[in-house]
Amino acid sequence: MHLKYLLSVLLAAGLSTAAFANPFETTLKNGLRVIVKEDHRAPTAVQMVWYRIGSMDEVDGASGVAHVLEHMMFKGTPNVGAGEFNKRVAAAGGRDNAFTSRDYTAYFQQVPKEKLPEMMQLEADRMRHLNVDAKEFEQEIKVVMEERRMRTDDNPQSKLFEQMNAVAFQAHPYRRPIIGWMNDLETMTAADAKAWYDTWYVPNNAYVIITGDVDHKEVFALAEKYYAPLEGRALPVRRQQVEPAQEGTRKVTVKAPAELPVLIMGYKAPILRDIDKDSDPYALEMLASILDGHDAARFNKKLVREDKVALSAGIDYDATARGPGMLYLHGTPSEGKTVGDLEAALRAEIARVQKDGVSEQELKRAKAQLIAGQVYKLDSMFGQAMEIGQIESVGLPYRKLDRMLDKLQKVSAADIQAVAKKYFNDDALTIGVLDPQPLDGKARRPAVATRH
Amino acid sequence: MKRLLTAAFALLISQAALAGVKIEHWVTPSGARVQFVESRVLPMLDVQVNFAAGSTFDPAGKSGLAALTRGALDLGAGKLDETAIAEQMADIGASLGGSADTDRASVSLRTLSAKDKREPALSILKNVLHAPRFDADIFEREKARTIASLKEAMTRPDSIAGKAFWAAMYPNHPYGRQATPESVAALSRDDLAAFHARYYNAANASITLVGDLSRADAEKIAEAIAAGLPKGEAATLPAAPEKPKWSLTQLAHPASQAHVYIGLPAIERGNPDFFPLLVGNYTLGGGGFVSRLMKEVRDKRGYAYSVYSHFSPLRQAGPFQIGLQTKRSQAKDAIKVVREVLTAFLKDGPSEEELNAAKANLTGSFPLRLDSNKKILDNVANIGFYGLPLDYLDQYQARVQAVTADDIRQAFARRVRPENLITVTVAAD
Repeated sequence: MHLKYLLSVLLAAGLSTAAFANPFETTLKNGLRVIVKEDHRAPTAVQMVWYRIGSMDEVDGASGVAHVLEHMMFKGTPNVGAGEFNKRVAAAGGRDNAFTSRDYTAYFQQVPKEKLPEMMQLEADRMRHLNVDAKEFEQEIKVVMEERRMRTDDNPQSKLFEQMNAVAFQAHPYRRPIIGWMNDLETMTAADAKAWYDTWYVPNNAYVIITGDVDHKEVFALAEKYYAPLEGRALPVRRQQVEPAQEGTRKVTVKAPAELPVLIMGYKAPILRDIDKDSDPYALEMLASILDGHDAARFNKKLVREDKVALSAGIDYDATARGPGMLYLHGTPSEGKTVGDLEAALRAEIARVQKDGVSEQELKRAKAQLIAGQVYKLDSMFGQAMEIGQIESVGLPYRKLDRMLDKLQKVSAADIQAVAKKYFNDDALTIGVLDPQPLDGKARRPAVATRH
Repeated sequence: MKRLLTAAFALLISQAALAGVKIEHWVTPSGARVQFVESRVLPMLDVQVNFAAGSTFDPAGKSGLAALTRGALDLGAGKLDETAIAEQMADIGASLGGSADTDRASVSLRTLSAKDKREPALSILKNVLHAPRFDADIFEREKARTIASLKEAMTRPDSIAGKAFWAAMYPNHPYGRQATPESVAALSRDDLAAFHARYYNAANASITLVGDLSRADAEKIAEAIAAGLPKGEAATLPAAPEKPKWSLTQLAHPASQAHVYIGLPAIERGNPDFFPLLVGNYTLGGGGFVSRLMKEVRDKRGYAYSVYSHFSPLRQAGPFQIGLQTKRSQAKDAIKVVREVLTAFLKDGPSEEELNAAKANLTGSFPLRLDSNKKILDNVANIGFYGLPLDYLDQYQARVQAVTADDIRQAFARRVRPENLITVTVAAD
């Protein structure tokens, strides 16, 4: 979840508090939570099923299994043949897909509202009755390898990001890529996927979110009918894995066919754990908005437009996660400038905040954007389901989304200056550089460092 | 069979519920076409202004001009410099968007509908449309950024394949011309001003408004937008593209995956063949996880993560396109499978079961196309820009439902002739 998404997540809260009961929630006897947000503006509905299981729950040698299982979830049960799930959603006039992150795995369907019961029946069926067929696995693992080639191996920026995380984290499982290392995919078996499913896919490790033109009481009754018969089971203990403190700057270089260099500076940063008591994550969010929240925010204005040291420059900070946090500054130097020049310019912008703080005008502007985003967010039913799903996935209650918005609105210029001083610490910094290589494999002229 | 009956039943319900998007249409006194959909659910307003000012109107040798002109509009206009524009928009929580594609240049605004937000936001929008400054130093900066990103794109297998694909499909038509670092380097600030003066005019504009607004206010806003533009003349189109001859272009690249595109110029907007092609293509490669291409290339053989086919009708014949990425060593095998699937489909068309499934999805999913202001805006702006009938959305489901397997075979036979198919591969062994 990137900053811009998070801001909009935080925002949606205001209007949902207006109608206090909505969203509605119930918990079935097997431990499955069902959250319904009614929105009657169009005759459609969204169902999402979120499992509290992601790539951070994998172990070395089996990286990527959470995502592979996500693919296998479309390969059939005793009641629904391989490929039949997609067929039935399509026949219902629906769209479906799924996504796997470090923290969770989620599945969704968008359908005309009359089709919601069938979707609930289908999701309930595959929650406990999946076939993990060896032949299907054999084909699907090839598809996942193609996905890895497409998303990472042939994408220089993704590769750099993968390497950055492998260096920034040494003990915590966030060091592994979500899609998995290629070698782990090559050695993975259907039995690995089956074991993953049997261990983690139980109703007490999941929650269902439904938004749209529905009556929550009817949805609760359907949930009782389809999901309640599934048996819950105790989950294995998850060991807390704590990343040891970083004690010095780390650097990683990735060479790949490209034209332009990329610089990423990743700092260890705090994560929101207690919505009421924490304060630094909110201040960092507002700092990010002031540096990169619109076209004339500080990074674009100074580095791209005025000084022309960068073709682009930005910041990504995600205040919510199950694991440890990072804040990334990133950019591409302009022609004639080096990554060193860009690094110095980014550091100078941070130093400016540390020394002089931010203006009341800048802060007010960031808050105005927050408030407007709160309205725009409601234009998407899918987005509303996502916002609840995301915040719940890290163990924070969606009922407190409005409180998070309050906390953001209360951030002061002094708070922002304080976090700028506290977290941009070189000992907690990992620097990643994409060193672009010519396509023909021949070495570029020796002046590589000054080429850009 | 039972499932299909249920699907058909659901269709009736959703049609009844969706007598829906009421599009009001008029022409402003200054000659701009307007589409308006009143939607009072959320306190927000979307405005999109489209001009026939896409890359197809780039003069010969000046490829990239339409895109650079559109990009520079909000980088200084009237008395506002680029910083003032961005800051004032952010101050009221509004934002400007839009881009230039082959046919059109668009400028869009999303704002809260309260008057103290809406009025300043619209004022900036008008400035940007009416009085862009194209300051010389900003122009040079944006030119340099564009050239850098074009150079970067020329290292990416997918971009290389896409550019080569369009060039091969349209050898003698502007759709096939691509901006290059050289063509952009040759552009001047005056080129932008001249392009703006020629194409950003009322006769060439289509304005769409969706949101929390009365008809009377919509009329005032649309006229204020149009009145500040020169009356001008609508853009004139180049000669229709010719069908290319069968060809195969193979480009080298060190990537681990080959990128493959197969296609030809197929159909323009508003042509009645569109519905048979749409319904037929659902079975061939349009229906996401349930298409024949997906089944044969991905599910059965594990050749690709993504494989699809689609028709993209444009003002003039837009492409039919099949695309996939696969491990470079198996590109030949994957292309062979794609050709077999296409050949079989051209010969026999869909089965009855496939045809019913396609209709069930395309009609049943109709409510999902219109369940947000953003989606309504996209659809209605398209209708306005391409001059589609105002009841296009109302008729959509019936038009889909009326398609027969024979219609599909005939439309494909007319539009997708194997002797005109061009293939581009990048990084295939």
